[in-house]
Amino acid sequence: MSELRFDDVTVRYGTARRPFTAVDGVSLTVPEGQVVGLVGESGSGKSTLARAAVGLAPLHSGEILLGGQPVPRRGRVRPLQMVFQDPFSSLDPRMTIGESITEPMPPGPGRAERRAEVERLLTLVHLDPDVAGALPGRLSGGQRQRAALARALAGQPKVVIADEITSALDVSIQGAVLNLVRELQRELGLSMLFISHNLAVVRYVASHVAVMYQGRIVEQGPVSEVLVDPQHAYTRELLAAVPGSRPPTHARPARSTS
Amino acid sequence: MSRRWLRVVRTPLGLTTGLLVTAVLVLAIVAPMLWSDRAEVIDTDHILTGPSGDHWAGTDSLGRDIFFRALVATRLSMELALAATVIGVVVGLVLGSAPLLLGRRLGRLVTAGVNIAVAFPGLLLALFFAVIFGVGATGAVLAIGMASAPSFARLVHTLVAGVAALDYVSAARVAGVGRVRVLLRHVLPNIAEPLVVNATISAGGSLLAFAGLSFLGLGVQAPSYDWGRLLFEGIGMIYVNPAAALAPGLAVLVAGLAFNLFGESVAKGLGVSTVGGRLTVTDEDAASAPALSAGGTDEHALDGSPSDLVLDVQDLRVSFPGPAGPIRPVRGVSFSVRHGEALGVVGESGSGKSLTALAVAQLIEEPGRVDAARLQFRGADLREGPRAHRHLLGTSMAMVFQDPMTSFNPTRRMGGQLAEVAVHHQGMSRKQAMARAVDRLRAVRVPDPEKRATQYPHEFSGGMRQRAMIGMGVMGNPSLIIADEPTTALDVTVQQQVLDLLQAIRDEDDVALVLISHDVTVVGEVCDRVLVMYAGRIVEDLPADQLDGGAQHPYTRALVAAVPDMHTDLEQPLAVVPGRPVSPTDVIVGCPFAPRCPLADDHCRTVDPPLAPVEHGIKVACWHAGEPLGLDEETGELVEADAV
Repeated sequence: MSELRFDDVTVRYGTARRPFTAVDGVSLTVPEGQVVGLVGESGSGKSTLARAAVGLAPLHSGEILLGGQPVPRRGRVRPLQMVFQDPFSSLDPRMTIGESITEPMPPGPGRAERRAEVERLLTLVHLDPDVAGALPGRLSGGQRQRAALARALAGQPKVVIADEITSALDVSIQGAVLNLVRELQRELGLSMLFISHNLAVVRYVASHVAVMYQGRIVEQGPVSEVLVDPQHAYTRELLAAVPGSRPPTHARPARSTS
Repeated sequence: MSRRWLRVVRTPLGLTTGLLVTAVLVLAIVAPMLWSDRAEVIDTDHILTGPSGDHWAGTDSLGRDIFFRALVATRLSMELALAATVIGVVVGLVLGSAPLLLGRRLGRLVTAGVNIAVAFPGLLLALFFAVIFGVGATGAVLAIGMASAPSFARLVHTLVAGVAALDYVSAARVAGVGRVRVLLRHVLPNIAEPLVVNATISAGGSLLAFAGLSFLGLGVQAPSYDWGRLLFEGIGMIYVNPAAALAPGLAVLVAGLAFNLFGESVAKGLGVSTVGGRLTVTDEDAASAPALSAGGTDEHALDGSPSDLVLDVQDLRVSFPGPAGPIRPVRGVSFSVRHGEALGVVGESGSGKSLTALAVAQLIEEPGRVDAARLQFRGADLREGPRAHRHLLGTSMAMVFQDPMTSFNPTRRMGGQLAEVAVHHQGMSRKQAMARAVDRLRAVRVPDPEKRATQYPHEFSGGMRQRAMIGMGVMGNPSLIIADEPTTALDVTVQQQVLDLLQAIRDEDDVALVLISHDVTVVGEVCDRVLVMYAGRIVEDLPADQLDGGAQHPYTRALVAAVPDMHTDLEQPLAVVPGRPVSPTDVIVGCPFAPRCPLADDHCRTVDPPLAPVEHGIKVACWHAGEPLGLDEETGELVEADAV
């Protein structure tokens, strides 16, 4: 069992006198082998929730459990890994891609094994293994994001948190990264918490979706239910705002189903 | 990296001071070896003599040669200055990186301590420490080292905090990398450059401080001597032999300046990345221009009468000087916008879409260059330069940018900033302009506009700021709004509101809109017509309703298929465009998209296709326009239809 469970999690910033509650009593489960989408506007607390899970934000109350155990926040073994939004700042500009990917690997194996593992991971994310010797400056945004995914996988995580991993990419590259996410989920049985503000993207990669609004989860359930028959007003508003989801104001022929 | 250092040495100041620093360091090593004897020989026959052929700077009270003493003193002076710098840097590094290592609470304590220490003048601290550590060279080294530590700690702290906030440091922490390792592997290497530069400057400072302490008698004690000590001894007989004080004084001055200025020039050279090279128009430019403008004539016949056009652009080119010849991000773009028309421009980053808009709005700054066969806005020729049509541009063309926070002056109230447009361009009085500003804020549906007008930009949310930006655009009566990625920084719900607003303004006042976006779906929803740009060219010009299904160019079709919407088939992979976009520095032969195109053949790779009209009001630049494409279900790459 390696499901990720947020149990009544609250994250608070600021001073004791003027606290700011970024995440307010959130309970959410990422079942094993599933991709759960987390949507919401900026400031809704979705990124804070992710950062709290990997120990980058302080937990005020509640628990974050991985397979029934608290998520380790110290030590070399980290079964929860995260991929960041901006691939231009998430890779150290002075470390080669290979070095960056080696970093989260659990201690143990020797040099040769590590190098072989880097090659395997790069192939897995459809990058040329030669990229291992390159600095991130030589890679395009899409290639960097794939390298960042490979780094997260190098930690042999039970669950991966993907925080807006396509929103800094050009649309033509975004498709490739989304394909990769689906492929990894299908082939490796990867569990993932996929954070995005784009419902169409979440619909494409996730089986479940949770909608966050002002620090709380206002609606969650299977994608096929929440996106077809939304219950909460905010979810409906989000759905209405997806570009291309409603007929434009000027006359246009109906969409052809190509 | 090495290239940037080379650039430092290429500047006259960098070269001179670099050589001086090297000379001083070489002197510090060789002077005591060569001239120790001559500097220390006591000659009681020539006590306190003035400059002469034998003794260039005269002799001291024991008849020793002051010139050679000054040369030999280089080593001790440098050793002590460098030792003090090392102490300052090391202590500064430890204190400055402590907040990262110790965690929040203890870190704050350290930072507070450093902040207090920074408030004391360095020389005061040095004197204080000199008293504590005792009079003598060791005491002085410790004193100056400790005195320079706080400012260095502050610098390190700021730099560390900047890097520690970056995602790659977070990523390393998530990966389970310990704090010390994060500091050594990720943080320090990335702040090394400014630290080295500052250490060099502070070495110069230490040198001067040391001379000061020795001069006051708190530093080096006889029989050892450094420049400060020599100065101290020389000043006593300044009326007898001025050279005795001037020689060591000059040495201090030269060495101190050398280190300081070398550090400064390195900082300048490494910090600012300037674009070198010159912009020259090549024959190729001149040759290709008429050919393309000839193709543009029939465009007029298609698009209607010229008087109907708000904007008419023929063969627009933008170039910037680059180190290896000019960079051409826009290479011959022709399009026109009619009254009330909404034109979308889509493309990847680097496709030249934003620069096209900036060129039209006359916002390309030197050293950039805009060339066009025709660039007309409401009949006025914009090629005459922005000054010629300031009034027209100010009132009739509105620009909306991606990040409205940087487009407003953060220190001025919103209403005043909007009113300024009307005062300048429409000659309104302040009061009228203010009323107009409030009215316009209301028009862009900012709630409670009277109150909002008195607020500052930071009091507006992202969406509200973007509305205010649009409101500023409609202060005049614009006939064209150019919006460059106006919703990219906004949430989807807010994005929808801003798009609705643009639509409403268009409908009410018959304003033309050029909407630039990387998102095909956004453009398809708002616009009548869409230009698809690739590698600084328009590759397809099509009605928006043809985007889904009717597009002819393989690139357009891939872009449309790459974006998931609420009807995307979940069983199929999203379309992928393999390869990398063309860089503006690349030299292109044939069709720029050919290396990434599934339909490309040898003809495509050698001959560039022109933008030519096909059916349904579509113009496309492709030799294989509309040929069937299939989707490889493994990779998501588009392939020739028969290959599936």
